[in-house]
Amino acid sequence: MSYLSKKMARSIFIAVCISPALLLFILFMVVPTFEVFRMSLYRWGGLSSTQQFVGLDNFQILWNDMQFIQSFQNTILLIVLVAIVTMFFSLVFAAILTREKLIGGNFFRVIFYIPNILSIVVIAGIFSAIYNPENGLLNSIFGIFNLENWQQLWLGNQDIVIYSVAGALVWQAIGYYMVMYMSSMAGIPASYYEAAALEGAGKIKQFTAITLPLIWNNIRTTMAFYIISTINLSFLLVMAMTGGGPNGSTEVFLSYMYDQAYSNSTYGYGMAIGVVVFTFSFLLAAIVSQITKRDVLEY
Amino acid sequence: MKKTKRIRTETLFKLFIYVALIVLAISIIVPVAWVFLASIKENAEFYGNPWAFPADMHIKNFVEAFIEANMGQYLLNSVIVTSLALFFLLIIALPAAYVLSRFKFFGSGLLNTFVKAGLFINVSYIAVPIFLLLLGWDNELRALIGEDFFLNNRVMLGLIYASTALPFTIFLLSSYFETLPSDFEEAANIDGAGYFRTMFSVMLPMAMPSIVIVILFNFLLFWNEYILALTIMPGENKTLPVGLLNLLAAERAAVNYGPMYAGMVIVMLPTLILYIIVQKRLTEGMTVGGVKG
Repeated sequence: MSYLSKKMARSIFIAVCISPALLLFILFMVVPTFEVFRMSLYRWGGLSSTQQFVGLDNFQILWNDMQFIQSFQNTILLIVLVAIVTMFFSLVFAAILTREKLIGGNFFRVIFYIPNILSIVVIAGIFSAIYNPENGLLNSIFGIFNLENWQQLWLGNQDIVIYSVAGALVWQAIGYYMVMYMSSMAGIPASYYEAAALEGAGKIKQFTAITLPLIWNNIRTTMAFYIISTINLSFLLVMAMTGGGPNGSTEVFLSYMYDQAYSNSTYGYGMAIGVVVFTFSFLLAAIVSQITKRDVLEY
Repeated sequence: MKKTKRIRTETLFKLFIYVALIVLAISIIVPVAWVFLASIKENAEFYGNPWAFPADMHIKNFVEAFIEANMGQYLLNSVIVTSLALFFLLIIALPAAYVLSRFKFFGSGLLNTFVKAGLFINVSYIAVPIFLLLLGWDNELRALIGEDFFLNNRVMLGLIYASTALPFTIFLLSSYFETLPSDFEEAANIDGAGYFRTMFSVMLPMAMPSIVIVILFNFLLFWNEYILALTIMPGENKTLPVGLLNLLAAERAAVNYGPMYAGMVIVMLPTLILYIIVQKRLTEGMTVGGVKG
């Protein structure tokens, strides 16, 4: 085969292999993403009526939209709460399962990961059953222990419903992050812990002085995960569990966007929310990763 | 004296650890098991003690869910959409990942960055524009031949699922291909195999371990997805999670609890069975860079 035809064959091979993927990626991922940005500059009331270019007007309205501000606060609250609680529990359980010799350690690892394989709609169903005020699991447990005044309308009380949602998100996430932390903890040489133990460091001291600094890079990465996945999963969960209610008290960023786009048929306004959320989550992830930056320890 | 004290704190520590582990395990097992039990309870049994075991197997809930709530049809739809999506994904992502990771050509670096940037695109944002895109195509098609095609189409949903999974899948497969030595390609070349032959007969079989992980992760993703399915399947061709969403809404109107739990079992049983079979591979594969949500 001549050099030229060989080069030709190579180019054809490359083109054939890449173009389907590239085409689909551009058509169903890149173009829709640009559409979100473009549509945010239009006023568009429904499917039949025409689009009208309004520039940044949608963003200006957003600035004074109390319901958007409420969804903003809810989202921030969920991100902070879910990240802190999940991180604490998943780190502790990961350390326990990697460091301690336990009967049934593998069993626990397998069980803890189960919530992560369930559909978020199933999780919404499970937690509706847990939180049901009359025959729900949570209130009935309080009833068994004679703690009737702890019983709540978990999904009906505007002041606590956001924490009920947070509970479901944490339940869903612990096992996932635990497995992630476990794999990086497994790489820490046992001799470090032995040396520390000889010097008289207790388990908690070993955890804070050896485990945490050595997996810090992994923790940093997961912080970006917490932000982005909480924004996304809280939307899916709220859609399936509370529909944003009662009274907008569980409305989050993306559920509000969805409401505006579909229920209100104000697509442009909905997409403006999308742009703000997109930018916000990106910035937040970048800031958090910048703040938590420190020298990576080699081992 | 000091030694016994040390042993006692050790024991207390161990005890504390087991209590914590068991509490978390219970908080996961009990609600899931409770759903299974509730799925065979009679409607009257839902009023009263929620911890009571069902009097006997009330299979009627499943019959009702399958037939009256249409979950049977939705199950079929989910099976079709998920298999199509996995099929599309593999035949499209595998060659692309192979070429992107092992061939240097004009613009290959840029393409790699481009695809990686796709990891940051979230399906929840783009569901609306995708819906409008398909709607626009349908409107034009209707003007031409008087029929809809793109919305409510299981093949389209499968194709879109595959498209949205491309960045992550290509990323994962590429990182695997990169680790393979180039000796195999050279040997195949000397034996006279062309590029396609080398890819299909030599390189793809070697990627089997990562292909299995790709299938596992994306099966869970596609099977459980609901926001795209909800948006672009407004008609009869609903998938299981969307059907379950309707059942949950019906429950909020407090009609019939049993079929709702039967519906939940129908959605989660396939993933649970799969998980029990492959749990080790799944959690190990996750550390390659699993992303949920």
